[in-house]
Amino acid sequence: MMRRRIQLLCVFLLNCWWAFPFSRSIYRGPLKSVCVPGLNCDSCPAAVGACPLGAIQRLLAAVRPGMAAGGFQPGAYVLGMLGVIGSVVGRMPCGWVCPFGLLQELIYKLPAPKRQIAAIWRYGKYLALVVAVIGLPLLLVDEFGYGAPWFCKYICPAGTLEAGLPLMLLKPELRQMIGLTFMIKLLVLALLLIWMSITCRPFCRTICPLGAIFALFNRISLFRLTHDAMRCTRCGACETDCPMGLQPWRHANQTDCIRCLKCMQSCRFDAISWQFADMPHNSIKADRSPPIALLTRIDN
Amino acid sequence: MMAPAYVGWIAIFGFAIMLATGIWLEEPQRILNKATRICLDCMGIG
Repeated sequence: MMRRRIQLLCVFLLNCWWAFPFSRSIYRGPLKSVCVPGLNCDSCPAAVGACPLGAIQRLLAAVRPGMAAGGFQPGAYVLGMLGVIGSVVGRMPCGWVCPFGLLQELIYKLPAPKRQIAAIWRYGKYLALVVAVIGLPLLLVDEFGYGAPWFCKYICPAGTLEAGLPLMLLKPELRQMIGLTFMIKLLVLALLLIWMSITCRPFCRTICPLGAIFALFNRISLFRLTHDAMRCTRCGACETDCPMGLQPWRHANQTDCIRCLKCMQSCRFDAISWQFADMPHNSIKADRSPPIALLTRIDN
Repeated sequence: MMAPAYVGWIAIFGFAIMLATGIWLEEPQRILNKATRICLDCMGIG
């Protein structure tokens, strides 16, 4: 419940420019120089921060003209910011901050047949990161040396939902520019919205390059989950509640773990806890004794 | 296999230097310039 409140608060804080119906445009203040740790399109009329994925792609797309002009921008600011956050909490922003993550969790609550996805699809997000966010913007350039933000342009459903559709309503002149690319993006969004009702967080699991970046830090971050095998009965309650379809009882810090702490709440025996910089969180309650099955195992 | 906590501290230190370098190179200003314009590419009409 606390996580849901924080998620809603973050949606509001990242999108608090409510003057857009009057200005009929996006926020142009100094906060736009700050990259937010979530998928929140900076062209959303209410957004006050910059999308880190958009920033990375734009920096990479302009590397060649920048170098030609003697002003090479290595993207140290964006990577440094993501690296600091990732090193402290790993993929936690996906579970607590990202507005698109919240949207997926809410849509999953709709009544629909529920399905898991094969583990191999989880590698898709790394492919999206390497190809659409880094490779193509850097390598495919026009005659002036400028690349394009491929992920934003052809895939990102957050851009279509948060920027494309609202700005079409605010600025009628933009409707005349609708072409095949917009239709493709609209189709991607529609398919994902349907998928979100069937599988929890499908975009986070299979496509999101920002999640792929944060996932790289899950094994080294100061914040991490701990699993006490002596208390675990392998009842599977944590696995059932995990929004990413993981098995926390096998490995508490898998790269896909978004540190939502649902597994910790679902465990009746306090087998899962968290620690920060090797300092354990003292959440073990005295009235929760080790499971009987475990005691039997020890006796035998 | 989890890395020991000092790896996390080293990573934070390294990325903090990177962040400071980016600020020193005035990258936030460039991001500001781009992010305050409507991104037609993001909308799919670029």
